[in-house]
Amino acid sequence: MSENQIVTPPKDIDLDYQDYVINMGPQHPSTHGVMRFLLTLKGETVDNVQPHCGYIHRGIEKMTERLTYPQIVHLTDRLDYLSAHINNEAVCLCVENALQIEVPERVKYIRTIIDELNRIASHQLWWAAFGMDMGALTTFFYGLRDREYILDIFEETTGGRLIQSYNTPGGLMNDLHKDFQTKVKKFIKDFRKVLPEYDRLLTGNVIFTERSKGIGYISKEDAISYGVTGPSGRGSGFACDVRKIAPYSAYDKVQFKEALYTEGDTFARYKVRMDEMWESMNIIEQLIDNIPQGDYAAKMKAVIKLPVGEYYQRVEAARGEFGVHIISDGNKNPYRLKLRSPNFSNLSAINAMAKGHKIADLVAISGSLDLVIPDLDR
Amino acid sequence: MLFSYIKGIFKGVGTLFTGMGVTTSYFFRPWTKVTQKYPENRKELKMVEAFKGEVTMPHNANNEHSCTGCGICEINCPNGSIELVTMFLVNEDGKKKKAIDKHIYHLGMCSMCGLCVKTCPSNALAFGNEFEHAVFDRTKLTKVLNKEGSTLKKGVE
Repeated sequence: MSENQIVTPPKDIDLDYQDYVINMGPQHPSTHGVMRFLLTLKGETVDNVQPHCGYIHRGIEKMTERLTYPQIVHLTDRLDYLSAHINNEAVCLCVENALQIEVPERVKYIRTIIDELNRIASHQLWWAAFGMDMGALTTFFYGLRDREYILDIFEETTGGRLIQSYNTPGGLMNDLHKDFQTKVKKFIKDFRKVLPEYDRLLTGNVIFTERSKGIGYISKEDAISYGVTGPSGRGSGFACDVRKIAPYSAYDKVQFKEALYTEGDTFARYKVRMDEMWESMNIIEQLIDNIPQGDYAAKMKAVIKLPVGEYYQRVEAARGEFGVHIISDGNKNPYRLKLRSPNFSNLSAINAMAKGHKIADLVAISGSLDLVIPDLDR
Repeated sequence: MLFSYIKGIFKGVGTLFTGMGVTTSYFFRPWTKVTQKYPENRKELKMVEAFKGEVTMPHNANNEHSCTGCGICEINCPNGSIELVTMFLVNEDGKKKKAIDKHIYHLGMCSMCGLCVKTCPSNALAFGNEFEHAVFDRTKLTKVLNKEGSTLKKGVE
């Protein structure tokens, strides 16, 4: 990119003499990573947002083409690092479906429980950072404080805090820690008391509600056409929960409500995530006492070779639908592996959401989308 | 109109105090504090057993390890952070046997996926609990896992 292009605004926009074209990022703290928005402003009002990504493109999709299937799993941790376990699971489920291997029931239960814990941890960090985007610094400490309990549980069982690499095609790397069930139950008991505190701290706050209600509206039709999934899509009334539509692991054995709001604004997306934390706790409570005994992994061959063909598996990550598409030519490494990351599609809607709002609201809108930039760039 | 405006102000101030109530209640409950003073509590700080800090090769009291030099960990490592330098030893029967000269581990390239530890057929590798890995020189991140003069444990094939 030449230096000229860096400040060149989109061609289809008529610029007035008092309009600004400025960069937000790539090192702006509220983009939560290296992400650049090229803003066209009319005074203080946002006229156009042009996201520029690729600052931390690592070529993960290309890297997978020289790795074997068990080796690929650890790379998916590094996509959406806040839902690392869910991403792992997508690859493992895809490989298992291709080989038509039935994993033990115990694996399915453990995977689902850790998925939901991961979702809570992700939403806690989002809540913490979202409050901070809006100017409420206290939320950051409270969110991270409670997230620490989940990370401790992860650490004890999987050996990793943020990035676990706990899944492997056919099952899990090792068995649960003996304290896992008691610790999870204790966490849920404590967190049920703490979550209303979150509401008192932020949800009812007049500054927060004034800044989030009616901001960043996107209709259901637009959300579907942009491919906005996950909590961001459900805030617009788009029922897109993969756990409901195409249940995987043990999601067909549990009862839960899909959080749906029809307002389509920043506050609706906020409420969806807060409700999801309650629902995740319900799911864990239904499963935690019923983990069946058995093996923690199915018997797999030492070298996994998928039959020739195309395989797709989608899961509900904390930010939306995460998909893995493997094209196999019968070798031990994939011919091509395409990852459908939720953040990339969610980001595409930011122009439609932010148009006509003030520049300060753009921070709230991008915060409510819960962008994780490594997932976006891959 | 004016009434609802004033009512809105009072309601707004009320919500601010609701949030303040949460922080104030924590202020008067110092026993709920969870933060730790990290460099000071280094002695008491103990990582959990499963913690993936670095790859190590456990040696027993006789300076023996169980690595046969088969190279499965080297093949399985996705980042190429394990290098094996093997040699051939001649035992009493006059037979040649493969053994490791150096088991080189690049910590700087390791992503702690755990495949080497999991796939090792003779359980020669394990995860260590060390987490303070900061060094001034990058070359110090390359380690030789087998100790000086160590030999293969008897009975491990």
